[in-house]
Amino acid sequence: MMSILDYLTRNRKKTASVAKERLQLILSREHATASGPDYLPALQKELLAVVSKYTHIDLDDIKINLEKDGDCEILELNIALPEAENKVA
Amino acid sequence: MSKVVVVTSGKGGVGKTTTSASFATGLAMRGHKTAVIDFDVGLRNLDLIMGCERRVVYDFVNVINGEASLKQALIRDKAHDNLFILPASQTRDKDAFTTEGVGKVIDELRESFDYIICDSPAGIEKGAMMALYFADEALIVTNPEVSSVRDSDRILGILGAKSKRAEEGLEPIKEHLVITRYSASRVATGEMLAIEDIQELLGIDLLGVIPESGAVLQASNAGVPVVRDEVSNSGQAYQDLISRFLGEELPMRFLDTEKKGFLKRLFGT
Repeated sequence: MMSILDYLTRNRKKTASVAKERLQLILSREHATASGPDYLPALQKELLAVVSKYTHIDLDDIKINLEKDGDCEILELNIALPEAENKVA
Repeated sequence: MSKVVVVTSGKGGVGKTTTSASFATGLAMRGHKTAVIDFDVGLRNLDLIMGCERRVVYDFVNVINGEASLKQALIRDKAHDNLFILPASQTRDKDAFTTEGVGKVIDELRESFDYIICDSPAGIEKGAMMALYFADEALIVTNPEVSSVRDSDRILGILGAKSKRAEEGLEPIKEHLVITRYSASRVATGEMLAIEDIQELLGIDLLGVIPESGAVLQASNAGVPVVRDEVSNSGQAYQDLISRFLGEELPMRFLDTEKKGFLKRLFGT
């Protein structure tokens, strides 16, 4: 059986560390976007236009990620194609 | 040489105006000729916190538009004759703020003041951008709370990219972290971000920690900056902060949970 003390401290104990973890993630992501070149959103839109000529995808299906590994920058493109629709077409 | 210091945070309600008022008053108490400017056009409040709301005749926008001289608009503090307040306009819209217009006022202030404190409005609109643009140093006011920390991080990015110093490639603005509304007991129970966490996340030097205290509300009720309340923890914490800003090395106080004795429990502090 849970003691009253456990009950009282149960929810409080870890919220500060949850806050810290969430902030670490979001800040690093926001820093990556801020430091990246300005053309990324435009590149994403143009890619959408090109791919849309052949199949239907949403802007969300195109993931662009710029990562820094020391001096080396890696531009990662990930385009998810809809499977079912391809077969029907 | 004069210094322009912006008090900013991104998020509203974290204690920018309280900090501006106490910081400016504290500098004046130590003999530095200080001006404090309210950049919150349309939502003037620094005058209330400084207790000079009934003496406002002209405002910042009047000066920019040439409708009043700086001398006419500056309000001399009743308690310290080397402290002046430049109130924000209550009616005009913030389009009145041009880089050129604000720059001229700042330049004129630089001629006769040691410190020019710019009390920024919340957000990242025109008023906030103008408040930080001419800064030499910045106080980043942050509450131990997720949205405040995120917004402070955003403001740090803007200081490093959109300020005059950044644009002209000069030495970057010196950034100082000010943590307000800190509650040692809630940090101890793990329900509030600790100072080290905030410092680690934002990566700037800590200038001061102001404990959560009823004295801040009482000070604003009375229109007397809390730094003048020498008995309260908050007042003393602001005095410490100003000493550190002026180069003294002082340990942080009021960071530990106070073990309250029976009498203290009974009567509070």
